Amino acid sequence: MGKVWKYGHDIDTDAIIPARYMNRSEPEHLAAHCMEDADVTFAQEVKAGDVIVGGKNFGCGSSREHAPIAIKAAGVKVVIAESYARIFYRNALNIGMPILECPEAVVGTEAGDEVEVDLKSGKIDNKTKKTTFQAKPFPPFMQELIDAGGLIPYVKEKKKNA
Amino acid sequence: MNPFGKADFGFGHEKEEIGTKHGSRITRFRAFSVIEILKQSGNVRQIGPPEFCDQRPRMVQANPCAISPGECREAIREKGRLLLMGMTISEKILAAHAGLDSVVPGEIINAKLDLVLANDVTGPVAIQEFGKLGIDQVYDKERVTLVPDHFTPNKDIASAEQSKILRDFAKKMGIKNYWDVGRVGIEHCLLPEQGLVLPGDLIIGADSHTCTYGALGAFATGVGSTDCAAGMATGEAWFRVPESLKFVFHGSKFQPWVGGKDLILYIIGKIGVDGARYKAMEFTGDGIRSLSMDNRLTISNMAIEAGAKAGIIEPDEITLAYVKARAKRDYKVYKSDPDASYEKIYEFNSEDIPLQVAFPHLPENTKSVDEASGLKIDQVVIGSCTNGRLEDLEIAAKILKGKKIHPEIRCLVFPGTQDILLEAMRRGWIETMIQAGAAVSTPTCGPCLGGHMGILAKGERALSTTNRNFVGRMGHPQSEVYLCNPAVAAASAVRGEIVHPREVVNNG
Repeated sequence: MGKVWKYGHDIDTDAIIPARYMNRSEPEHLAAHCMEDADVTFAQEVKAGDVIVGGKNFGCGSSREHAPIAIKAAGVKVVIAESYARIFYRNALNIGMPILECPEAVVGTEAGDEVEVDLKSGKIDNKTKKTTFQAKPFPPFMQELIDAGGLIPYVKEKKKNA
Repeated sequence: MNPFGKADFGFGHEKEEIGTKHGSRITRFRAFSVIEILKQSGNVRQIGPPEFCDQRPRMVQANPCAISPGECREAIREKGRLLLMGMTISEKILAAHAGLDSVVPGEIINAKLDLVLANDVTGPVAIQEFGKLGIDQVYDKERVTLVPDHFTPNKDIASAEQSKILRDFAKKMGIKNYWDVGRVGIEHCLLPEQGLVLPGDLIIGADSHTCTYGALGAFATGVGSTDCAAGMATGEAWFRVPESLKFVFHGSKFQPWVGGKDLILYIIGKIGVDGARYKAMEFTGDGIRSLSMDNRLTISNMAIEAGAKAGIIEPDEITLAYVKARAKRDYKVYKSDPDASYEKIYEFNSEDIPLQVAFPHLPENTKSVDEASGLKIDQVVIGSCTNGRLEDLEIAAKILKGKKIHPEIRCLVFPGTQDILLEAMRRGWIETMIQAGAAVSTPTCGPCLGGHMGILAKGERALSTTNRNFVGRMGHPQSEVYLCNPAVAAASAVRGEIVHPREVVNNG
C-alpha cells in the first residue's frame, strides 16, 4: 500500500527532473531532485511504495530517460495518469518503471489517499475512499516488452534467437 | 473505383450489416477471409494490423481468435476504410523501412534505421544500457552519431565526466560522426547542415527535438536512452505507426516578420501541448512551400511541443536544393498520396497568423505579440536548435544594426553551428550584434534548458527563441520564459520590453 502524490495535467520532464541536475545520471542523484520544480517536498518525503497520480500528457517535453529513472529510484511503485506523453511512455516501459493509464482513478483519487495497485491485473484499490478502478490493458506488444523485463532483455533475447 | 463494392465479407458464422455511414463501403465482414480477399484484389494494399494474422513475419503474431468479435468488427470497420485509401509520407517511409508494402496507423512494426543519435546528456545512459547487451560494436560506424552539445564546453566537473564517456565510446567504437568542442554544433542544426539526415530517412535520436529532420522529408523521432542503445546495437527500432494530422497553410503571403516559429506556435496554441500526442504532424500548403529550409526546420523542430511523434514536410525543390549540396549518400523522396488518410485536417490562411508569443509555462499559452506588448524582460536569448540558423541570425542582425541593446537587458546569441557562426561573422552580422551590446557564444544548448551560460535568477523574465517555457526551464523555478521568433526577440532586446518589431525598425 502506498500514499498518493497527486499532480495536474502536462507534468513535464523538466518538472520531474530539472536539466540542471542532469550533469550526472546516477539514479540516487536524480531521485534526490525528483519533482523538485513541481513540489519541493516530494523528494524528501516520498516513501518506497508511494504512487504518483497525474493528469493528461504526463511526462511531456524532453526525451530524458532521467525522468522515469528519477521516479523509479525515488521508490515510487507506479505512476497512474490519464494519459502519457509518447517518449515518457516508451522510456518508462523500457526501464521497467510501472505506469498505468486510468482516467477514472485519477478523478477518484486525492493526494494522501492510500492505494493498493496490482500491477499484473491493473486493479487500483483506493483504500481511503473504498473504491476500485481498472486501468487500461497494455497493447499486446507492449505487454510482451514488459514481460521480458524491458527493452534491453527483449533485444538480448531477440539477438540470441536471430 | 471501390474494389470492395461487391465483396461479400462475413464474420465467422455471424454476418453483420455495417452500412455506409462510417465512410466505408464495406457492408459485411468475415474476419478470416479479409486478408485473402484483400490479397486477391490487385490494386489494394495488404491489411496491416497484426491482429489480422498477416502471413508475413512480424514482431507480433497475435492469434486472431484472441480478440473478441466486437473488437474485430470495430477494427475492421476502421481499417477497412483506411485500406481503401493511399498512404501518407510518414506511412510510406515507415513501410519502406519495415520491408512492407504498406502500413496502417496503429500497426506495430520493426524497422531499419538510417541514423541513430545521442548527445552528452542522453548518450552516457545509452552507452551504459548498450553495455548490458554484451555487444562490442555499434551496427554501423557511419550511422551512429554522438553530439556533445548540451553542457559543452563542459560546464563543470560532472558534465566533463559525461562528455568523456561519450568521447571515449566514440573512439572505442570508431564512430565517424562525433564532433568535439570547436567543431561541434547544436545537434539539430549540425546534422542537416552536414548532410547526415536526408529525405526519406528513418531516424531515432535520444533528444526530443529529433523531429526537426521532418523538415527534410524524413521520419525522425525522439526516443530515450534505452531505445537509442538498442538502435545503436541493432540498427532497428519498433514503432507504432502513428495517425497523421495535416496542417495546411493557404497562401504564400505572411504578415511582416512572421516566420516558421510563429506558424508552429500558432498551431500549438490551437491544438495544445498534447494536441498531436502520438501522431505525425504533416505541414503542407503553398504557405509552407514558400518557406526557406531554415523556417521549415523551425516548424518541424517544435512538433514535439504538441506531443507529436514526427513533424514532416514533403520535399520540394527548396528541400532538394538544400540537400543536393550536402548529401553524401542516396536518399529517396516520398510524398503523400492524394487520397491518403488523415485523422484530422487543419486549414489556416497564412496571412491571418500574427507574430506569436508563448507565455509561461507551456508553449500552448500563445498570444499575439501585440497582446504581450510592454511586458518588461531581463534577458533575451536568440539561438538554439529551434532558431539558431543563419536566417535567424540575419533577422536579428538586421534589427540590431546601428542600435543598442537596452541597458537593462542581457542579450545572448547562440549560433547553431561553427559554420553558421563563421558565415554570420563573414557577413558582418556578429560584429553588428556585438556592437549593439549582445553576447555571442560558441554553439551550445546551454541556456535553452537552463544548463549553463545564461541562467535566470528568481523572478527574472526571459524572452527567448528557444522551444520550451516550462517552470524552471531556464533557471530558477520562479523565473519565467516567453517564446517568440528572432525578430520579436531582437526588437524587444532593444526596447527592454516585449514589442512588435515595427516599433523598433523604422521601415518595419
